[in-house]
Amino acid sequence: MIRTNELRKDFTVRVKSGRFRREKRVVEAVAGVTLSIEPGEMVGYIGPNGAGKSTTLKMLTGVLTPSGGDVEVCGLRPVPQRTKLALNIGVVFGQRSQLWWDLPLHESFALLRHIYRVPAAEHAARLRRCRDLLDLDDFLDIPVRQLSLGQRMRGELTAALLHGPRVLFLDEPTIGLDVVSKQAVRSFLAELGATGDVTLVLTTHDLADIERLCERLVVIDHGRVVHDGTIDALHTRYGSRRSLVADLADPLPDGFVLPGATLVGVEADRHRVTFALDGVTAGVAVAGLVAAVSIRDLSVVEPDIEDVVARLYASTDAP
Amino acid sequence: MGELRAYAALAGAQARSVFSYRASFLIELFSNVGATVFDVLSVLVLFRATDRVGGFTLPEALLMTSITSAGFALADFTVGNVDRLKVYVRAGTLDAVLVRPLGALPQLLLMDLPIRKLLRVVFGFGVLAVALRMNHIDWTPARVLLITVAPIAAAVFLSSIFVLSASLAFWWVDSGELGSAFTYGGRDFTSYPITVYGPLFRGLFAYALGFAFVSYQPALALLGRPDPLGLPAWAGFAAPFVACAAAVVAAVVWRTGIRHYRSTGS
Amino acid sequence: MVGKDASVLTISTVGPLRGSVTTFGALVGSGFRRYTTYRQATIAGTFTNIVFGYLRCYVLLAVAAGTVGGRPGGYAPDQLVTYVWLGQGLLSVVMLWGWAELAERIRTGDVAADLLRPVAPLTAYLAADLGRAAHGMLTRFIPPVVVGALCFPMRMPTRWQTVPLFLVSVLIAVVVSFGCRYLVNATAYWLQDARGPILLWTLGAGVLGGLYFPLRLLPESVAVTLWLATPLPSILQTPLDVAAERDGPALQLGLVALQLFWAVVLLVLAAVVQKRAERRLVVQGG
Repeated sequence: MIRTNELRKDFTVRVKSGRFRREKRVVEAVAGVTLSIEPGEMVGYIGPNGAGKSTTLKMLTGVLTPSGGDVEVCGLRPVPQRTKLALNIGVVFGQRSQLWWDLPLHESFALLRHIYRVPAAEHAARLRRCRDLLDLDDFLDIPVRQLSLGQRMRGELTAALLHGPRVLFLDEPTIGLDVVSKQAVRSFLAELGATGDVTLVLTTHDLADIERLCERLVVIDHGRVVHDGTIDALHTRYGSRRSLVADLADPLPDGFVLPGATLVGVEADRHRVTFALDGVTAGVAVAGLVAAVSIRDLSVVEPDIEDVVARLYASTDAP
Repeated sequence: MGELRAYAALAGAQARSVFSYRASFLIELFSNVGATVFDVLSVLVLFRATDRVGGFTLPEALLMTSITSAGFALADFTVGNVDRLKVYVRAGTLDAVLVRPLGALPQLLLMDLPIRKLLRVVFGFGVLAVALRMNHIDWTPARVLLITVAPIAAAVFLSSIFVLSASLAFWWVDSGELGSAFTYGGRDFTSYPITVYGPLFRGLFAYALGFAFVSYQPALALLGRPDPLGLPAWAGFAAPFVACAAAVVAAVVWRTGIRHYRSTGS
Repeated sequence: MVGKDASVLTISTVGPLRGSVTTFGALVGSGFRRYTTYRQATIAGTFTNIVFGYLRCYVLLAVAAGTVGGRPGGYAPDQLVTYVWLGQGLLSVVMLWGWAELAERIRTGDVAADLLRPVAPLTAYLAADLGRAAHGMLTRFIPPVVVGALCFPMRMPTRWQTVPLFLVSVLIAVVVSFGCRYLVNATAYWLQDARGPILLWTLGAGVLGGLYFPLRLLPESVAVTLWLATPLPSILQTPLDVAAERDGPALQLGLVALQLFWAVVLLVLAAVVQKRAERRLVVQGG
């Protein structure tokens, strides 16, 4: 569905050097990104600020011309075949509205039907579905400028989907939203992804979006892909482990060893202990622990993706 | 066909959003007419002090003013909005335009449909009618043809200037008011007989940039007056061709500009 | 007792008057510095001013050439040159056009943040505008005047008091222009969208303020009415007439006094409007 090969984008910036002199300097915003995304995939595209996320997205949507490499979306070349591609993709910019600011939301939707030349019945069916899933009915008649950010974002999502795009690009779709709106957006996207009809590419700073939605994670930093794979693969690669936290009836005996796990934390007079799992399943570890000590309470803690990603950014933060 | 309907829908939406600020809309509507009234008034005030400016009488000068007024009002109505391009480039609105399946220029023009400028077009043509009555024109078929074409040619020429000035924003986002030196400056330049200007300034604006053909040369041809600056009588009839040439240049520059934007991403 | 309590609350050690003068000065400085960052726009705007200077200068000189005696409206050709080019320079000092900041802040609701500051919005905006004008005087005023003086025969001041009086007149003109713009922008408190009033202002201020032609070219009764009944000639025409030495010293002083009158009236009016708007904002919650 999306294929890039050594995709590059250079920007020339003029840097002030001295009082009147300006120097030209070439900055590689995207420095050779090779990706292949299959139909129906949900891909999280993350990276620190200025890593090249938005630039990549703009090249995929036909807004920017690449400086080098190849790019193909829905079998089309984005810039030369921009209007054709536009019919096949939906784009949501979290910080920019696609809607008509002064018009009621439903008028924006009606307008988009004409712009994308969607048959009335198809349009109505898709709108119906979005209205149900996103609870739009309460604010369809309100001018966009008066909507809350959460309401507006639900409107933007609908607007991007009304022409039945095969690929949906989302640039920071949850930025600035409250907890409830974030949940609404996420579960809508999850449902959308579950149908398998739409390929979804999502950039975000909120890693909870990724954990909830994306099987596959592409991490970019300094214009290069530093990780492409599942979240689990990321954990494995960076040695982050699940852990077992247990509240014990009696203090943990000195010198206790749990096979396949490492004791990493002891609290509350040795009544609460934390083991990091080294390659054994949680079941095996729990069985081992139950056999040795009496347990009041037990929980398995997933590794924190925020930590992993922070470590990842830090490790690539060379020049 | 479908595309046309899409543009029509865009225009309709824009009209509705303009009407959602009714009071402001009415004031804008009337102040736009006021703008043209003041343009004409300025000419009248100057002729209070003298009966000839640059060797031309009031009715003759008014004929030039009114061809410009009508053409400018029409140009401003259709493509005047394009001067907001720098705002769109800076705000990233242009990105949103580029992900839609329609042409970029028509979308930008329809983003702020200037219905408020419509009355001004009517007024501009009204003044033109009055100016034509004030002069004693020896109507020949060629002149009838010229007066029907001249305001449209003026509009096409000035529209091209609008697009050219706006395209500057593709290379220089902070170009600020620079464009108005040529759009509004061009309107003011062509509102008076070009004989009033110094040779260097006139050479640049009138002949190098082509503003002489907006109203001065056509007015001379209508009046049957020889050009004191020495161009032949048929120069007035060249106006439509000059306008077409300007439109071609504007189209090429616009396309180049869009391509440049896409390669730098401002 | 009351006095003592108040002194406890005072944080600054300097007196209240000196404190507010310092604050005002700081605001003026920040207005100045803000415009130094718009260097490219300054260059572009200056270029445009100069083009329009050529246009207007040639047209007025052609009018003078066709006038019996060569003095339309009582201006000799060299005085017309002064009028045109200083006018192009002053245009961005008094900032006749293009100020919609307050209206925009009202429309977006950001204006509420202005009310949280310890300085009254009117004062803060005035200070920033004076700083902007000072920057304009240094960057935007000089280039057109130099170009005009090089390309056309421009009248140089012949009386000692002309230059100081001109500078005073420009300062007052900035305040008058600010007062008008503030009132026009403040309509947004009631209309939500002030584009209409701003356009109306843009239109009227140029013609009736004396940008396009000297107001003395109008019939005398119209010109006098404009001067006395509206603040518009006080924005451009008065300082320009002072610089061109169009009138005798006594009349010049009188015109500047008239400017001062309008400056005071407009500031008081703006303060009243602002107070009403604030009450409305507080009651209706924006």
